[in-house]
Amino acid sequence: MSQKITGAQALIRALELEGVDTIFGLPGGCILPAYDPLLDSPIRHIRVRHDHGAGHMAEGYAHVTGRPGVAMVTSGPAATNMVTPLCDAYMDSIPMVCITGQVPTTAIGTDAFQECDTVGITRSVTKHNELIMMADDVPLMVRQAFHIATTGRPGPVLLDLPKDVLQNSMTWHWPSDDEVLDSLPGYRPTQKGHPRMIKEAARLILEARQPVLYVGGGVLKARAAAALRELAELIDTPVVTTLMARGAFPDDHPLCLGMPGMHGNATAITAMQKSDLLINLGARFDDRITGKVATFAPDAKVIHVDIDPAEQGKVRRPDVPIVGDCRLVIEEIIKAIKDMLAAGEKQADIAPWKSRVSGWREQFPLHYSPSEPGDALKPQYCLEQLRDNSPEGTILCSGVGQHQMWSSQYWKFNEPYTWVNSGGLGTMGFSVPAAIGAKVGRPDRTVWAVDGDGCFQMTAQELVTASVERIPVKVAVLNNSYLGMVRQWQEMFYEERYSEVYLSPELPDFVKWAESMGCVGIRVESPEEVQPAIEKANSIDDRSVVVEFRVDASEKVFPMVPAGFSNDDVLLHPDHSAKREFLR
Amino acid sequence: MSTTPSQPAHHILSVLVQNRPGVLARVAGLFARRGYNIFSLAVAPTEDPNQSRITIVVDVESAPLEQVVKQLFKLVDVVKISELDPRRSVERELLMATVRVPAEERGQVVELVNIFEGKILAVGFEAITVSLEGSPDKLDDFEELLRGYGIVELQRTGRVALPKLDKEARLRAVKGKAS
Repeated sequence: MSQKITGAQALIRALELEGVDTIFGLPGGCILPAYDPLLDSPIRHIRVRHDHGAGHMAEGYAHVTGRPGVAMVTSGPAATNMVTPLCDAYMDSIPMVCITGQVPTTAIGTDAFQECDTVGITRSVTKHNELIMMADDVPLMVRQAFHIATTGRPGPVLLDLPKDVLQNSMTWHWPSDDEVLDSLPGYRPTQKGHPRMIKEAARLILEARQPVLYVGGGVLKARAAAALRELAELIDTPVVTTLMARGAFPDDHPLCLGMPGMHGNATAITAMQKSDLLINLGARFDDRITGKVATFAPDAKVIHVDIDPAEQGKVRRPDVPIVGDCRLVIEEIIKAIKDMLAAGEKQADIAPWKSRVSGWREQFPLHYSPSEPGDALKPQYCLEQLRDNSPEGTILCSGVGQHQMWSSQYWKFNEPYTWVNSGGLGTMGFSVPAAIGAKVGRPDRTVWAVDGDGCFQMTAQELVTASVERIPVKVAVLNNSYLGMVRQWQEMFYEERYSEVYLSPELPDFVKWAESMGCVGIRVESPEEVQPAIEKANSIDDRSVVVEFRVDASEKVFPMVPAGFSNDDVLLHPDHSAKREFLR
Repeated sequence: MSTTPSQPAHHILSVLVQNRPGVLARVAGLFARRGYNIFSLAVAPTEDPNQSRITIVVDVESAPLEQVVKQLFKLVDVVKISELDPRRSVERELLMATVRVPAEERGQVVELVNIFEGKILAVGFEAITVSLEGSPDKLDDFEELLRGYGIVELQRTGRVALPKLDKEARLRAVKGKAS
């Protein structure tokens, strides 16, 4: 039974069959035909204010649901506006399908109105992209896109659809799984780890005296949090969770050391540095984690579990490379360890190591100097109050900069998929649209976006989208009237020569701006106002809320491993510097 | 004819790809983005019209090559990559050259072409166009000798290669397919 429908109808039908419930997008010339059948579809379309916002919303949605986020925009400038979100999703391995309109096939290459080489421009920021030249190809291309975006190492896939391809009629055919696989002979991600490597990993784990589980975003992508917890408890080994993995292991678990890296805590950084075995699960030895690579964890053997073979040996050569899905590999490692223990083998004594780690934790908790009465508000205090006064299971999103690091440091992530941020690309302005996408994906949860005043001004207009579409999110703007992280670097490394980092404490008026977008605006200037403001914000659920916290501009993020420094030379908060020698 | 072993810093990658628009751009773009210089590149369909083979000669040390090969594998349209050891593969390349040569010296060039078992493609009053197919080293020697006469235009195809059949053709298929 073959029926003739248009390419556009085929596109929308294919998206429905892929289980898409929401599209974030903005219509325009070349994508117009696709917006017509959308009127008859159960798919919810959220019309954004800037194409860029659609991309980050799709990412936020994907972060919290694990399902691919879908963004749809027109050709030319809309497509170029998608480059940043695509690159962001590529760096952070976020499953996403982006649909762009294109000028008609007959006009391609003529510099037509709103024409650009979308597949050319996005080639290096997508896992895969395709220009679809025939309406008949639409269903297969859509199936391929979702398959590629969600399997192996997830990532963004872009489909570029010329206007006439959307308008032309085609014979509907929904390809089977086998047809999809046959059409992709070059794409077979490895799922299961090599049995010999898994045995070898188990042996190294039992022999290690100073092991650390170094957990990255791959654990979340593989839905492996439960398996990780079982492994950590089985081998009683401390866990560090990178910026991309916050929540993969509960922060309140006694084995959790929190975040390592440039602004990680001293214990997490030092434990990795002194370890004799790093069990890397889905992390990629990012430069923000390793500091100076040559002196990173010099005595550690490395087990590296990653579904992407290209991550093996890219930065640090592993002793035991395991290519595979983190959940499957962790489960196999658990089994191998249990078998070895049952056969009478013993795990090395790690009690001395654990007590050493505990010593660091006691000496070096996260620290800031609380403000004296009359002093400026401390951003860390605001985040502590936000953490302690928000409902269980709150989803936290952040932009990029100081507020992002403080969010990751001071929040307690006890559940996976409650932390949404831009890690690899470091995209300012990520927070507000990502929070909107997250709220669409998890309408049952409270969603807080923590933003800086710099970040907020990049994408705040999407709060209009939130108001119109009735997606109530909450935004905490930590307003220090500076590009705070850049200011911190200029203070520390450029002799306090502040260049182009001062914004303005009064402009814009965040409260009025929030109100003009249909949100409730609240300004907080003193510590005693913090908790009531947060409680008020949390009590409002019929619209979005923006709380502006006027915070101390001189506050810096500590600890810090400056770029190019060894992790051995982590800069502690000045109050802790005197007891450095404890970090031995 | 002497065939000196190819320089060890050269690596030959034989990349089997889906024969689709944009594939070459994907492959070439990846090399550019990761900072690798492609020495030569040849691409054409294989016995299966749905697939093409791209033969890439890269000028690198072997360690970083491993990374670019792995990245190449991640391209969805890349089906298979073999790294061919130059000592254990047969390589061929085609050279065409127009040489400026007055009629009275033309005989010397013709003699050279005959020695190398090349071909004469066109003859003019002041110039002659010749071709030679062979190993890259043989072409190097030929080019060197032609240079003495004055090369007007020269074009080489870049090499294509297949593993040798003698003994065990060492075709090192790189393990670990894309993610």
